[in-house]
Amino acid sequence: MSGGTQLENANPVIFERSGERLQTAADEDEDVHDPIDDREIFDLIRSINDPEHPLSLEELNVVEQVRVKVNDAESNVGVEFTPTIPHCSMATLIGLSIKVKLLRSLPDRFKIDVHITPGTHASEDAVNKQLADKERVAAALENSSLLEVVNQCLSTRSV
Amino acid sequence: MAEESPVLVSLVEEFVSGLQDSKAKDTAAGLKNGEFTVLQLVEALGPSLTSTQPQTRARGVKLLSEVLQECYEDLTQKEVEVLLSFYENRLKDHYVTTPPVLQGLRTLTHCPTLPPGATVSILKSLFQDVHVQSLLLADRACVYKMLINVMDTREAELKGLGADFVFGFVQSMDGERDPRNLLLAFQIAKRIIHRGYSLGKFAEELFEVTSCYFPIDFTPPPNDPHGITREELIQELREVLTGTPKFAEFLLPLIIEKLDSDVQSAKLDSLQTLAACVAWYEHKDLAGFLEGLWASLRREVFQTSSERIESAGLAALTAITSCLSRSVLSSDSEDALSIFLEMVLNDCKHHLCEPDLKLVWPTAKLLQAACSASNRASHIIVAAVMPSLIEQYNSKNQCSHRRTLLEVMQRFVQSVKSSESSENEELVLSAVCPSLCSVTFAALSETNGSLQVTAMSVLISLARQAGLLSNSQIELAVDHLARLVLSDEDDTISLAVISCAGGLAELHPTVFITNMIPRIKKVIFSESIQQDGDSAQHTQPAVRQRCLSVLAAVSIKPSVAQESTPVLLEVLGAAHSGELGFSSEEAVLACSSLKTIAERVEDTEDSGRCFHDVIVPRLLSLALQAALKGEISSAHHSPLTQEAVLSTMVGVISTACSRLQPTLAGQTAVRFVSLFLDGDVSFLPGNSFPSQIKLLANHGDSWRQSQMVCLLMGCVCSLPRTAAVPQMERLLSELEEMSCTCSHVMSYTSAAKCFAGLLNKIPAGDFLDSRLQKTMTRILSELNSADSSVRMQAFTLMIWVAKALLLRYHPTCAALTDKLFSLLDDADLGPVAADGFSLLMSDSADVLSRACHADVRIMYRQRFFSENSAKLVQGFNAAPQEKKPNYLKALSNIVNKLPKQVQVTELPALLSLLLEALTYPDQGVQLSTLSCLEPVIADPPPALIQQLEALVVRLLPLTSAPNMNVKIASLRCIHALSRFPEHEVLPFRARVLRALARPLDDKKRLVRREAVQARGEWFLLGSPGGR
Repeated sequence: MSGGTQLENANPVIFERSGERLQTAADEDEDVHDPIDDREIFDLIRSINDPEHPLSLEELNVVEQVRVKVNDAESNVGVEFTPTIPHCSMATLIGLSIKVKLLRSLPDRFKIDVHITPGTHASEDAVNKQLADKERVAAALENSSLLEVVNQCLSTRSV
Repeated sequence: MAEESPVLVSLVEEFVSGLQDSKAKDTAAGLKNGEFTVLQLVEALGPSLTSTQPQTRARGVKLLSEVLQECYEDLTQKEVEVLLSFYENRLKDHYVTTPPVLQGLRTLTHCPTLPPGATVSILKSLFQDVHVQSLLLADRACVYKMLINVMDTREAELKGLGADFVFGFVQSMDGERDPRNLLLAFQIAKRIIHRGYSLGKFAEELFEVTSCYFPIDFTPPPNDPHGITREELIQELREVLTGTPKFAEFLLPLIIEKLDSDVQSAKLDSLQTLAACVAWYEHKDLAGFLEGLWASLRREVFQTSSERIESAGLAALTAITSCLSRSVLSSDSEDALSIFLEMVLNDCKHHLCEPDLKLVWPTAKLLQAACSASNRASHIIVAAVMPSLIEQYNSKNQCSHRRTLLEVMQRFVQSVKSSESSENEELVLSAVCPSLCSVTFAALSETNGSLQVTAMSVLISLARQAGLLSNSQIELAVDHLARLVLSDEDDTISLAVISCAGGLAELHPTVFITNMIPRIKKVIFSESIQQDGDSAQHTQPAVRQRCLSVLAAVSIKPSVAQESTPVLLEVLGAAHSGELGFSSEEAVLACSSLKTIAERVEDTEDSGRCFHDVIVPRLLSLALQAALKGEISSAHHSPLTQEAVLSTMVGVISTACSRLQPTLAGQTAVRFVSLFLDGDVSFLPGNSFPSQIKLLANHGDSWRQSQMVCLLMGCVCSLPRTAAVPQMERLLSELEEMSCTCSHVMSYTSAAKCFAGLLNKIPAGDFLDSRLQKTMTRILSELNSADSSVRMQAFTLMIWVAKALLLRYHPTCAALTDKLFSLLDDADLGPVAADGFSLLMSDSADVLSRACHADVRIMYRQRFFSENSAKLVQGFNAAPQEKKPNYLKALSNIVNKLPKQVQVTELPALLSLLLEALTYPDQGVQLSTLSCLEPVIADPPPALIQQLEALVVRLLPLTSAPNMNVKIASLRCIHALSRFPEHEVLPFRARVLRALARPLDDKKRLVRREAVQARGEWFLLGSPGGR
């Protein structure tokens, strides 16, 4: 972030982070099978960094647990995300980051669907179409400067 | 004219024409021995110095300069004068002669007989005739060193040169590029500025010639032989630039410009330089730049993603504010501080009204940084900010808003700077204190937990402002805390209450003595009557537990401890007699509260006496009553005979005894020993004991009495080493007897520990050696008879004695460790022996620790390891297959406890063994080996990197092991592997990613979580923007 440039949304609303998932006795029991649930998927994506701010997607309320739907038995995941402002130019990038994170973190069997919460972005359809198109996602990740930004969003912050 | 010496002529000839550099040394030696004089040398040099070849002239001068370097101390003033005028003249000669001339001049400036005025003339010719920057690196350094030297020795003369000196220096260093020379040049500039040389009209020139290096961008070459660091250069340059207010008009615009830079390190350097320079400035130096500086600082703090830049920006703001606070107010001018703060407040105060937006925290931090600069700034900021914060708090309803506001207020209270001087001056917060208190108390009465926790931190911050809170406010605060202790069930809240009560009690002990403790006491002992309702039964133990913890937390002042400890003893008494339904957990908690008090109470005569006279005898008496009662009646078993209670009681006694003053310690030792050896109960309260008590004699099955030996251990093993333990010989014999014959685990273990604790402190000598000999014989004979019934006992005694000796580097220890190694092959004791290594290497809580004043040498673990690791490897190789796991377990027990640095250096020798351990199916071995490897992988030694292939091959299958803990530990190791040097691990990327796909679908969530983290890091490896 350079000194002179101004951010698109310099003073966004900040939301509270949810705590770590509480561990139960069942979690430590070898014989219990823990299904992949909404919270587990949410935990995967909530700490993704925003491309602009030093904040996580959860803190900006871009992702919420209620907008995550998973069906472990049928192997599909649906995530809706909400850009902070309707004209946010980063929406595609955020969607791509979420998609990549899930691709890297879930078993192959899952079908992953990432799209914008209906009615929250000006060019919703275009973005959704891009994110749903497997080949365009793959092509985007061939682009090294795009991959660089996505990787930065997915890396754990060191400072 | 003196006669020419042929030796001299040949020396000169060989040096000048023969180019033999060693002849300079010989010439100097001749000069020192008086074989010839300087004058003769110059005459002999005549032909060379007047040669038409510049190279020859240079050689001639070089010889003279090198000789002078050896013997400049013996020159007379006359000789110096002649040489000086010669050298100054030579500066005008061909450029190849300049380096030796400079060298000679530099030597001459060291002469004690340098005539006055000579320095000035040297410098004049130097500045006039030499273009420094066209010289070689070493010659430039020679000039700088000469300048430094004359500045140190001839300061007054140089100042006579006036600004010309500065100008000359500026010209000399203009364009310098080598960091080594820059360090020297910066030192000269620093001397010019700090020692009051006249800058004249050259201030800007001096600034320009140094500031062009700002911000320093320098990366030392790898294997840097000169050891110059970036930090060193930054520091030197900063001292130059910030040294004088004369630079202010140039430096401040430069800083503002550099803050716009995209380079993070440039920003950081600029901010730190800003903070450093304003320390010397006055308001008039800053006046013109305040707006620009503020705009840059605000932007940095609002937008940065780096904590270091943020904190540097805040520090700079604090520095500016305190600079403005220093300025003297005059009647006609405006108050610079309030104008500046008004600008700051106008610019960002409104962000404080939006507690859910991002900028609220950066704003609060900025204002707090300004607030903490001075008392006057605190007054202005608090008056401007606090009332509106309080008003907002009262008008907002959302808990998260309120909490943010309260947190902001707490930080403001913390950052207020109280005035140091006057006592009757109004406190900064006194105007807002009543409303702040009412907000805080209101928040304490809310139902939202996080709001209550924040309110308690406000309370502590307010209490830390000396003289702010009135007595009634403190009373009210304590009322609230007591209410929360007794009512609230949330864990985080009760932790906060406990720490808040502890903090307040340290500042205001009396309120706690009169209010809190009586209320808590009443609750602990009364409410158990209403045990009929269901809810009452549930809340009761939790309330009691919190009460007991609070009692411990508030007892930091001895006066409070004197009130709280009797309550705790009463709880133990009631638990013993079975009144009021105290559980054994509550007895444990009461004991651990007593232990906390023993640790934390301020060390005074009173507190020591209280423990010696009241608490320790009372605990002993209760434990003894319980033990005796247990033998007789079978109806109610006192919880005080349970192991958990007794071992916390040991902690109380041990902590108390380790802090006793010498006289009291001696008395305590006598009392304990006479009780345990002779059954002397006279010092115990409650005199209903039978006369014939024999606690150390073997009681067969009366374990309740025999296990009391642990209390003896708590006392005699923790006393300061100055306190003598009486009847040592008899005590040791009875302890040894008990530890080798008793069948009750806790009894014989405690006896062994007590024996070892005493042994550790006995001074070296015959007594110790003969005692050890007896014990060793006994242990070995029991261990060697395979059918002995007390092998386990003998083993326990052996391991504790070995530990006691290991800690003090006693030579006998080696025999015991050898025995321990041989036991690894033992059919029964093998696994126990492997675990024994963990005991040897780890710190024991209740005995043989530094807190117990034991004789613990530094680095005993390393020593043990280096003496025994080879034996272990040998034993492993020789052992039969089914015994190998014992060796591997022993190895990982040892390596686990070693300090990190040693692990890294010792690992190469053991790596193959550890890698082999990973392939053993035994889960325990796998787990402990993985836990050894994980920290080593995090900071890998070269040996590990060489074995990378083997390591990866062994780790990957473990991620699908049957045991989830093995899976988790191996995934962590694989995660840590991703931080190896990239070129080493990159070849494994595809393989690891493929292998980690499987645990992503593990049935256990905890395994999946580790797999996700590890796989994510491996994906980033070698990918743009990743690492």
